Amino acid sequence: MTALSPGPGQAGPAAPEWWGTDEASVRYGDRLALDHVTFRAVPGRVSAVVGGDGAGRTTLLRCLAGALAASSGQVRLPVPLRIGYLSAGSGTYPDLSVTENLAFRASAYRLPPAIASERSRELLDRTGLAGARDRLAGQLSGGMRQKLGVIASMLHRPDLLVLDEPTTGVDPVSRADLWWLIARAAADGAAVVLATSYLDEAERAADVLALDAGRVLASGTPHEIVAAMPGTLRVSDARPDGEARRRAWRRGGRWRVWDPAPGDGAGGPAGGPAGPAGTAGAALVPDLQDAVTVAILARELSGARAGNGRPGGGDPR
Amino acid sequence: MTQPLAECVGVSRRFGHFVAVDGVDLRLGRGEVVGLLGANGAGKTTLIRMLLGLLATSAGQVLLFGEPPSRRTRQRLGYVPQTLGLYDDLTPAENLAFSEAAFGAHPGRGGGRVTASALPESLRPFSRTVVGSLPLGVQRSAAFAQALAHQPDLLILDEPTSGVDPLARARLWETVAVAAAAGTGVLVTTHYMDEAQECDRLMVMADGRVVAEGTAGQIVGDARVTVVETVEAASWAPAFAALEAAGMPAALVGRTLRVPGAEPAEVRRALGPIEASVTGAPATLEERFFELTLTSSRTRAPA
Repeated sequence: MTALSPGPGQAGPAAPEWWGTDEASVRYGDRLALDHVTFRAVPGRVSAVVGGDGAGRTTLLRCLAGALAASSGQVRLPVPLRIGYLSAGSGTYPDLSVTENLAFRASAYRLPPAIASERSRELLDRTGLAGARDRLAGQLSGGMRQKLGVIASMLHRPDLLVLDEPTTGVDPVSRADLWWLIARAAADGAAVVLATSYLDEAERAADVLALDAGRVLASGTPHEIVAAMPGTLRVSDARPDGEARRRAWRRGGRWRVWDPAPGDGAGGPAGGPAGPAGTAGAALVPDLQDAVTVAILARELSGARAGNGRPGGGDPR
Repeated sequence: MTQPLAECVGVSRRFGHFVAVDGVDLRLGRGEVVGLLGANGAGKTTLIRMLLGLLATSAGQVLLFGEPPSRRTRQRLGYVPQTLGLYDDLTPAENLAFSEAAFGAHPGRGGGRVTASALPESLRPFSRTVVGSLPLGVQRSAAFAQALAHQPDLLILDEPTSGVDPLARARLWETVAVAAAAGTGVLVTTHYMDEAQECDRLMVMADGRVVAEGTAGQIVGDARVTVVETVEAASWAPAFAALEAAGMPAALVGRTLRVPGAEPAEVRRALGPIEASVTGAPATLEERFFELTLTSSRTRAPA
């Protein structure tokens, strides 16, 4: 798919044009959790890492947070004090209050207390947490706790902000606040990386990396990923029969049908689906979700991916 | 319409002085897929708990299959909670067998023991693996299979596809569509607007009330937002700051900004000297949802 033209070794450590990985792999025992992944996070931009369960998102983000060493390949990161990290599902201390959580994190990042409390006040006010200042983090709703976690990880204005699923399970109102914080961190100059399983959310990012079973499925701007989608898509009211059935999936109450190689005759039967139910539907301009679904489907059809995954999840071998 | 599968008439529920659900009407017919949208605290879970018969109403009436919720109506209902409701240390088939034993056999289905052959095709490869070791997408399929095993007339799904890839999500929705085509009514809560588009009809709740109802297109209606595209791509950051300072919070999408609830002319003024194209555009369902929720919280006196 579209690459951001990696040039290993060409940029010196003094030129932080990007943070990220070059051909990084991570092995857990005999399982390859990350398989030659090249990813760049650019200051002032938001990048989304997408993929389902077992895709390798968390492994990549842990590498970017400096919490996990790659088994092979290069990882280029700021010094630890210039990284902000929110791990999946936690990131706050449940038995500390909101204020205590922020003060603790600020001191860990060696941020002067006066600056820390000024920034905390501003971000808490803006995201509707001001009234919860003295509540224990463990007593906050999921959305409030995630907002607190993101604020805690960006308080020191890091060069690289790494957020693992900040919006999963969060309602749309809190999600809007979270995205305001994310945009604010990028506006302040951070390279922001967030993991998500929601493609409509990823479409809001400037750059997207899609992973499946530890490998790169697609990368680039949402527009580039869509433009690089192989074959064509059409919409059908009914699920097609015959061979095309495996290339169809449900979306928006109708069926998307992917034709891998129109024109060159390399794959799929020419002239549309075989079955009577599969009336040739209207051609469709795909979006990011379509393009990523096609990439997953193509891997599955080629036998590189075992259906919904196999026991243990995400094992590419 | 023939008798609805589920019906709420003026249903309210108070907890002390707090009104969690406030005069909700709902009708769900055979084969209908209805999406319930709302922020946390909007009343969705309370409403579902009343439909499940786990919580009494404070006012109004809930009818399932024409009668008040009871153990009997519970047998005709399938439910997939957010937490999936599976035992991690049992296989999918064992989970299924346990749930059938606990439910009792569905009328007309016979009381035979459930075996792996009762599992859908897609779950067969996993029949000997305990649920806790399965990928999340497979766990979700197993939860769906379990909720559908007794061929319920009504299926209630709470955030059914969170955390799975888009193809796995599409396949879970195929399962829902097959059940709906066979006549099962489906009520689904989601925070995910793309998923909401799978529903025949949506209900948006805010502060315990239904604030909008209809198809996604009907709910969005002619709502619009203002879109700002700065000439210098990197200038989105100063534009973001300028709009924030003017009290027009913007949402970042790629490197453009979307400003709800503000006219292009006001946005243009707030941007000052920043060069940008400023245009109106139709709102998305999420943007419209957000507006409905905010309007509700502004117009409602604190309870």
